[in-house]
Order: sequence, then structure tokens, then C-alpha cells
Amino acid sequence: MKSFTKILTAALIGTTFLVAPVLAAKVPAGTNLAADQTFTYRVLDEHSSVDPQIVEDVSGSEIVRDIFEGLLNQDALGNLIPGVATSWEASNGNLTYTFKLRKEAKWSNGDPVTANDFVYAWQRLADPETASAYAWYMEIMSLENAKEIIAGEKEPSELGVSAPDDYTLVVNLTAPLPYFAAMTTHASTFPSPQKVIEEFGAEWTKPGNIVSNGAYVLTEHVPNERSVRERNPMYWNDAETVITKVTALVINDEDAALIRYLAGELDRTEVPAGQYPRLKKENPNEAISFPRLCSYYYSFNVSDSGPEAFKDERVRQALSYALDRNVVTEQVLKGGQFPAYTFTPGTTANFTVPDVPIGQMTQAERDAKAKDLMEAAGYNKDNPLKFELLYNTSEEHKKVATVAAQMWKQKLGVEATLANQEWKVFLEVRGKQDFDLARGGWCGDYNEASTFLDLMTTPSGYNDGKYSNAELDKLMTDAKTAADPSANYTRVEEIMAEEMPIIPVYHYTGVYMMNESIIGSWPVKNVEQNWYSRDLYKVEK
Amino acid sequence: MFKFILKRLGIAIPTLLILIVFSFTLMHSAPGGPFTSERPLPPQVLANIEAKYGLDQPFYKQVTNYIVGIVTKGDFGPSFKYKDRTVNDIIAQGFPVTLKYGIWSFIIAVSVGISLGTVAAIKHNSITDYFAVGFSIGAQVLPNFVMAPILVIIFTLWLGWLPGGGWNGGQWQYLIMPVIALSTSYMASIARIMRSSMLEVLNSNYIRTAKAKGLSNRQIIFKHALKPALLPVITYLGPAFVGMITGSVVIDMYFSTGGIGQMFVNSALNRDYSVIMGITILIGVLTIAFNLVVDILYAWIDPKIRY
Repeated sequence: MKSFTKILTAALIGTTFLVAPVLAAKVPAGTNLAADQTFTYRVLDEHSSVDPQIVEDVSGSEIVRDIFEGLLNQDALGNLIPGVATSWEASNGNLTYTFKLRKEAKWSNGDPVTANDFVYAWQRLADPETASAYAWYMEIMSLENAKEIIAGEKEPSELGVSAPDDYTLVVNLTAPLPYFAAMTTHASTFPSPQKVIEEFGAEWTKPGNIVSNGAYVLTEHVPNERSVRERNPMYWNDAETVITKVTALVINDEDAALIRYLAGELDRTEVPAGQYPRLKKENPNEAISFPRLCSYYYSFNVSDSGPEAFKDERVRQALSYALDRNVVTEQVLKGGQFPAYTFTPGTTANFTVPDVPIGQMTQAERDAKAKDLMEAAGYNKDNPLKFELLYNTSEEHKKVATVAAQMWKQKLGVEATLANQEWKVFLEVRGKQDFDLARGGWCGDYNEASTFLDLMTTPSGYNDGKYSNAELDKLMTDAKTAADPSANYTRVEEIMAEEMPIIPVYHYTGVYMMNESIIGSWPVKNVEQNWYSRDLYKVEK
Repeated sequence: MFKFILKRLGIAIPTLLILIVFSFTLMHSAPGGPFTSERPLPPQVLANIEAKYGLDQPFYKQVTNYIVGIVTKGDFGPSFKYKDRTVNDIIAQGFPVTLKYGIWSFIIAVSVGISLGTVAAIKHNSITDYFAVGFSIGAQVLPNFVMAPILVIIFTLWLGWLPGGGWNGGQWQYLIMPVIALSTSYMASIARIMRSSMLEVLNSNYIRTAKAKGLSNRQIIFKHALKPALLPVITYLGPAFVGMITGSVVIDMYFSTGGIGQMFVNSALNRDYSVIMGITILIGVLTIAFNLVVDILYAWIDPKIRY
């Protein structure tokens, strides 16, 4: 789920006033559209909800982005474009934001979409009665009184959002957020229909009851099997929408999904680890791999409960140096993943991967250095380093861990035992620093380096290894107000390459089998992978 | 007989209560909760959510509230994970799915299994017998998680005859592979049990008497041998039936049917407390009910058994 924990997209969207052209499916002139314009894709798991203020998972957000529309959308590159709002303006030193709404926007029952629908939705999100897992998003957005409302100290009606007229939305903030507008692409800020929610209560999101303002409406939902959304003729830009029907099929098993894709039942599915080269060879026009804003890493537990050996920076470096990332990406995963020597992926906007030593060496040089470091730290074949590598149960994590342990054993004589735990147990154990070395995976909440690097700061709730460095903390704090924070990020990555609190292993890719008729309209360059069915179209093969 | 049924139902209630309290305790003692996530929630937000789902209350109160809700309102509560759905919704949607493919699997497993076992016993040590025994062993050692992908590769990918999964309201095309994959191993077990039990019956004295009387084979089998030979099979069928109609994780996962077998496992992984409890109770009730049915069938088949 895309959340914006600690944000600084200022560099990206520092604009205070913006009017962009209206864009829907941009079908290039002369495109021969296919007769069949339905899109069927696989989801791993049933979505949590399609209620914008309740939804908390990726597959649910994908549906919500189709059936509802917020103030702003993202285009195929991830840039901000108008949604229900046609223009927005910051004033009062970025403490007040005013959005102008389009008058032609309608709910699927024909009612106009007004600023009050947003006021209702945002109050509902903060309201403790709603008990939304994303209530804190209002707090992160710095809306006036959000914190007090969540704590039950103030009424939801006191939230810093108002509608002076039906087509103007005014937001008052407690902190000057230059990137506030970008936060309104998040599903939890989408409008919701008060009348319908009050009429049906918890049943309002069921097909038949649900009223929404997006390009599609939910027409069928069989939990754990499928959900179907079809065109909303009331949508203001329905004329430029091409895909008629979107079906999400819940298929837990990725191999079963692949077979069903190959049998023509699906337009999109994930490629199981290791199978990309074969599929690319057999179906060169359908297998695609593109960079994602995600990193895979191992965290050293450097807290008091962690092993003494990991408090020695040389040990951490040695283990990182000896792990041959190319073997992991090219021989284990084989899906075009990128070896990682920094935590932040190179595809992150306004981020240049610094020339850290580990990234510059050959593997032979790294191995030699790793041996020296390990010797210097006092570990050798007679006195081997022993620890446990913990990961959550999954074939893929197991393969990576096995390869890593094997490399450490061969090159450094290290005895790493593997331990796997079921997801929820793993989270609890890792969160309590009850581990030596643990697997981690992180996807950026927004396209800026701080979404990764903030994890390494002392107060971060996601800093599982409890690494702490005063200089790093200060650099990250300063970055929030810096005109150009990129120098800070470079320095932070350098500190991390030196002290090695984590071992970055690889940067993820999106690896899909995708119907070649739709591949051309898929937003592969939007690294956050916020896609909207209304922008897609199928061409005649 | 009537008294026996009443007594069994009387025992069922405390059994279920123990089941509820025991499962509830086990579930809550598992590490991690329904709202444990990779990105921990701020304490105030978590508190609001826990208050909504009653998790802020003391444990004994949660259990009693839960039981009271079921007894007075038939309400199993909202799902903690699928927030648009109540447990009643989830079961009402998923149970008919497994019930449908479960009953079909049961019918096929029983009819084919019993016929195969009987024929094998009658034609003891013949080619037919060897085939039946070979088939049973083969089917038993081929688990459904191996069989399911093989079926899909053959019928979906190569032949293109059947859809590779999904349910679509349970149309027959969607039913065939799940039923084959689920029924085969049960069929094999039934055939084996039936064969050995039938062999034993056929070698007993009263069958020899029947033969000596000059009864035809058909009469011997259908009038005298079949009923007693079925007794061990019936013992097996009670739990087997519950097993089939409450679904199989493998079938649900592989064929994406949306049945409750998969929901049960997923709810445990998600710590979706209310769904775990709902399905546990459903399976508990069905197990108790069908064990009772088996006991009643016993009395009907075997006149020696009286309650």
C-alpha cells in the first residue's frame, strides 16, 4: 500500500499552482483498437475492502483507484494530473491549499460530486468510529486537528477541511507541506457517498448498493474468487475511456496463475521466481520486467539483544562484501532484478547512486577484502562466526538465504543457520529485535529517497536492527527543509556503505506476463505502479 | 433410539463450548495479531481499531461476548481482515462452493469406491482385482497437490477443454477437475476398505450356507453380503464426508474456487480471529452431526447394535 509516512516529495511537486491538460486513455492517432476491450488480471489475495477510507492493501487500492476518483491522479510517468480537481493552489506559506473541482464530475447514481463529499470522506477517515487503519494518513497530511480527532479529543467536524461552495475545497494545515497535493492521489483521500453509506451501513460497498465516482463501478464480487468492475456511464470522462470491463481473479498459487495465463484466461500475471528467462524466450512479446521502487535487504541486529559480533563494523562489512549479488539476481531470481549496493534504488527520482566502494569493486576484490576484514575481526576457520539468518516462510526467500549462507561458508567459513517463520510471527519477532540477521523488504511509499533512508534513523519504527548514527539522523532531519536534499542522501548512503547496518541485496523488478495487446498502454515507467484501467487500451494484434 | 439421539445432542453442547474456548485461547496465544503488520500502526490508531473489534476487553469477556453473540443473534462477528464482510457473509458465500464440489466428490468416491471394492473382492486374485488394487494404491500415493497441476496441464493447457480454475457460480466445466482431484484418494480408500471387508464377509459361514442353499451370486452379494460389508466403510464415511464438504485447501488454492478450505487456512495466517472461529465452529458442528448420523446408520445396518 502506498502510504506517505515521512514525506518529502517537495523536489518533485514544488509547484504552487498548476493547471494541466485533461488526460484519459491517450490512444495515439492511427491505433487499431482491438474489438475486445476487457482486462482480466490475477491477484494473489482477496482485497481487504473497496471502501476508500478502509482499504489498506495493494489489490484493494487498485480497485479503489478504478471505481473512485480523488482530487488528483498520476499519469503513466507518475506525474500529477487533474482528477476531480482541475486546479489547486497553495497559499499562506503552504499552510492552506485550495482545490477547484470540476462541475461535470458525477457519482454513478447521477448526483454531482461536490467538495462536501471530500469533506465527509476526510472527516470519516479521521473519525475513531470508522477505526480506519489509515486514519494516521490525515495526521501525516498535517490536517488541522487530525491528531486530536484520532485521539477522540475533538469532533471529526473540527478537521481542517471545508467546502466554502460546492466546487471549492479548502484545506488548512499545521505544517507547511510543499508536496501536499501529491498526497491526494492516495486512495484513502478519495470521496465517499454519505447518503449511501448512511443508508446501507457496513453493506454499502456491496455490488448493487455501492455508488462511486470513478470510471468504473463494482458490478460483481465473489470473495476469494473474483471481483468485476464495469464502465460507469456517469463518469465525466467516460467518452475517452476504452477498457469496458476489468476482472480481478484471486489465484493464490502463482504457478496455477501462469498456466491459466498461458491458456488465455488472463491478461496479466506475475512470473514465478526463476522462470523469466524461459518465458521471455518462449513469449518474447509478453514477458516484461521493469524496475520497481523496492529493495531487498538483510538487517543486522545491532541492539543489545543482538550478537556481540555484529557490533563490529568489520564483521558487517565482511558479510556484505562476500555476498555476490550477481549470483542472486542472475542465477536465483532471474527476473532482471538489480544487484543492490545502496539501500535506495537507482530508479528513485532525483537520486544518483553514489560511488560507494563496495559498488566499485569486482567480486574478487570484495571477497579478498571480506576475508581480510573477517580475519581482522578475529574470526577464522578455527573460530568461526556463528549466527542465525531469519526470514519469513517463502520459497524465494529460502533460495536467497541458502545461497547467501553458502557463500559466507565457502568464502569466510561462517556458519549461518537458516530459520524461517510464518509472516505474523516473523513480524513480531523482528519487531522485538529477537534475531541476529533478518530479511527485510521495503517498497517506497513515494518516489523520493527519504522513503527508504528514513528507515535508518534512530526514531524510525521500521528500523528493525536498531541502528543509530547521530550524523545520519541529522542529515535526514536537515533534508526535510533543504532546498536540494540530494547531497544529504548521498552522504547517508556513504555512511551506510561504511558502517553497513544492513546488507542491501537487490532492487526488485515488476516481472509480468502481459497480453501483448495491452502491454503498450501499461505504465511501466511509473515506478510506484499506480495504474488506472481508464488509461489502458488493447490494440489489435 | 430417540433417547440416544437426545443424549448425544446433550453432549454436543458442552463439546462445542470446550471447542470454542480451546480454539479461542490457542488463537490468541499465537504470536502476532490481526493488526500486526509490516508497517506498525500508530498506538492511537491501533487502539481505535482494537476498540471497534472488542480486542481491548479482558480475555474472558471477549470469549463470553463471542458466545453470547452467537447464541442470541447467530452473529459470528465481522471479519478482521476483509472489512467489507461479516463472518456470516464469508461462510454463506464459501460454504455452498465446497458443499457443491464436496457432495459431488462424495457421490463419486462412494459409488465408484464401493463398486470397485466389491468387484475386486468377488473376482479375488483376478486381473480385475489386481487392477482395482493397483488403482487404489496409485490413487493413494498421488496426492491432490500433484494431481491438480497435472489435470490442469492436460485439460486446460494441452487440450483446452476445461477452464484452469475459478468457480463461476459452479458451472459443470468448473466442477470437473476439482471433483476428480478431491474424490480420487477418498475413492481409493473406500475401495480398499470395501474390498477387505467384503472378502472377510464372503468367507464367513453364513455366506457359505447361502451358497449351499443354492442362492444365486447376485442374491448373495446384494441381499446378504453387501450390508454387513459396508459397516467399516460407513465408519470411514462420516469424517470423510465432513472432510469433503468443508473443502480442501489444496483444491481451493489450486483451482481458486473461493471455498472455505482456503479461507480457513488464510484466516489462520492472517489471524482473522472471527473467521477462524466461525469456520472452526462450522466444522465442529458438522463433525458432531455426521458422527451421529453414522451411529444411527450403524444401528440400521447392524441389528446387533442397539442404543
